[in-house]
Amino acid sequence: MALLDVRSISKSFGAIRALHDVSFSVDAGEVVGLMGDNGAGKSTMVKLIAGNFPPTEGAVVVDGKACHFHRPIEARAEGIEVVYQELALADNLTAAENVFLGREIKKGIWPLRILDKQAMIKRAGELFAELKSETRPRDLVKKMSGGQRQAVAIARARLSNAKLVLMDEPTAAISVRQVAEVLELIRRLKSRGVSVMLISHRMPDVFTVCDRIIVLRRGSKVADKETAATSPEQITGLITGAIREA
Amino acid sequence: MKPSVAKAIEETHAAISDVVGVREQTTLQRLMASQAFWVAVALLALVVFMTWLEPTFGTADNATNVTRNFAPLAIMSLGMTVVIITGGIDLSVGSVMGLVAIVTGLLLTWHYSWYVAFAAGLLAGLACGAFNGFFVAYIGMPSFVVTLGMLSIARSLAVVISGNQMLYQFGPDAPIVRAIGQAKWPLHAPAGWAPRWIPEFSSHFWVMVILALILGAIFIFTAWARHLYAIGSNENAARLTGVPVDWIKFQAYVFSSFTASVASLLLLGYSGSAINAMGTGYELRVIAGTVIGGANLMGGYGTAFGAVIGSAFLEVIRNALLMAGIDSNWQGAFVGMFIVIAVLLGMQTSGTSLVATVREWVAWKRG
Repeated sequence: MALLDVRSISKSFGAIRALHDVSFSVDAGEVVGLMGDNGAGKSTMVKLIAGNFPPTEGAVVVDGKACHFHRPIEARAEGIEVVYQELALADNLTAAENVFLGREIKKGIWPLRILDKQAMIKRAGELFAELKSETRPRDLVKKMSGGQRQAVAIARARLSNAKLVLMDEPTAAISVRQVAEVLELIRRLKSRGVSVMLISHRMPDVFTVCDRIIVLRRGSKVADKETAATSPEQITGLITGAIREA
Repeated sequence: MKPSVAKAIEETHAAISDVVGVREQTTLQRLMASQAFWVAVALLALVVFMTWLEPTFGTADNATNVTRNFAPLAIMSLGMTVVIITGGIDLSVGSVMGLVAIVTGLLLTWHYSWYVAFAAGLLAGLACGAFNGFFVAYIGMPSFVVTLGMLSIARSLAVVISGNQMLYQFGPDAPIVRAIGQAKWPLHAPAGWAPRWIPEFSSHFWVMVILALILGAIFIFTAWARHLYAIGSNENAARLTGVPVDWIKFQAYVFSSFTASVASLLLLGYSGSAINAMGTGYELRVIAGTVIGGANLMGGYGTAFGAVIGSAFLEVIRNALLMAGIDSNWQGAFVGMFIVIAVLLGMQTSGTSLVATVREWVAWKRG
């Protein structure tokens, strides 16, 4: 049974039809690339799965359970985490503080409930070690590289034991060396049995880590292929519309 | 995980405990990078210098006066710091003081007992804070606009309610009210045990110390404060991670008004009268003290210690200028200069030198 099953979803914003009858599934531990030109409906798809708004038609099925998300927190309860493009990190806090932001570990009894900083730093350290990232829990995020920031955001997703992590353009604005770092993070997630949906413009990245590639064009799914069974040229053709369907 | 695999991971990545132990900055380095620390050093230097220049400056009596003068401002700076950390500003604190004083004064002249009058004054202040907080946090209006409106509203209400009269004929509880505002500890002989060289600290000072310690502990130990800093740095991020952003911002404005109310009640007790002009212009002095103490108007930075030390610094400069016999009309120029210098120094926290920052700025302006 698939972890995530998207069943003939359509989404309209007034007269604009952003998605039209899109179906696909993601298995546990699978890395799926979602590609498409600007306006193809990638962001809408991500927001639907992440629970920002419900679909006009169709259903999102998580672990065999049909879900009707209205708020991101409901999707998170089902084990779906989003690593946002702008990363949603607070620069003035440390890596550990960011990982636990909004989910702090506390000790003591009310009204003297205080932060258990040691426990949080230790747990964050374990998460970074698990991701094989060199990020140190006590370092300020302000001074971190793009790759390290991704590690913090992904560690946050790991903290809640997410089953599916949606990553929106994680490699868009970082250096080549850091891209390799982020792709390694994605592989680490996969090895832990976590599914990843990678939304990216960068063809090489998608071909490096993804098991399967889904292409959207003008709100419709035009391809859903194993990475091994396709080529960058074919995917480019599908994105631009030079190849109608595959 | 199989033991051998676990062991292998441990060998290559044995460093969890090492990594966890690594601090980016030692305590000393953090101290050196903190604006509040340098302001404290400057304050100490100023005090030593003034004592040498003008022996009356260093007396216990003058210390009593100076600490009493800045305590109400420092108390309000604590509230202002909380608001400024969220990236907002509260311009209404001076007017809230006036309104609180008039509400309390009126009830006292109507012969209500002191605790009823104080509670009513406090409630009026908290209502102002709730108004600010509601429109900023839940309606999403800019804090500058909302609190500017409240600055006008609260002052106007104070004038209307008081009938533009000064209130001083307090009822039977007048001695208690005055005792609260004028109390000192420890007392010199013959009334007390303290030797001459210890200043008789005012109740204003002790209230400030207690509030600062409580707020300092909150900043260090609670999730609430951590959320406050996160909101100031990246409000969207805080919201996405499930922090109750609106509720926390609302509380920040209520707390700011609470500190203004406390300051107002202390000053009311000290002077034994209530005037509707109380606190006029205080908002700027409070913001100045907060900023000098290292709070960042863009949000995300600020400490309780900084709020107190910044306010103290401003007052000591005022007092020093007076003692040095400089025309009091110069005070504004000096205070203004120190605000600019303090913010300039505050831009150093990233570790670049002052010269580099200035050069960068000049280049940026030209570019």
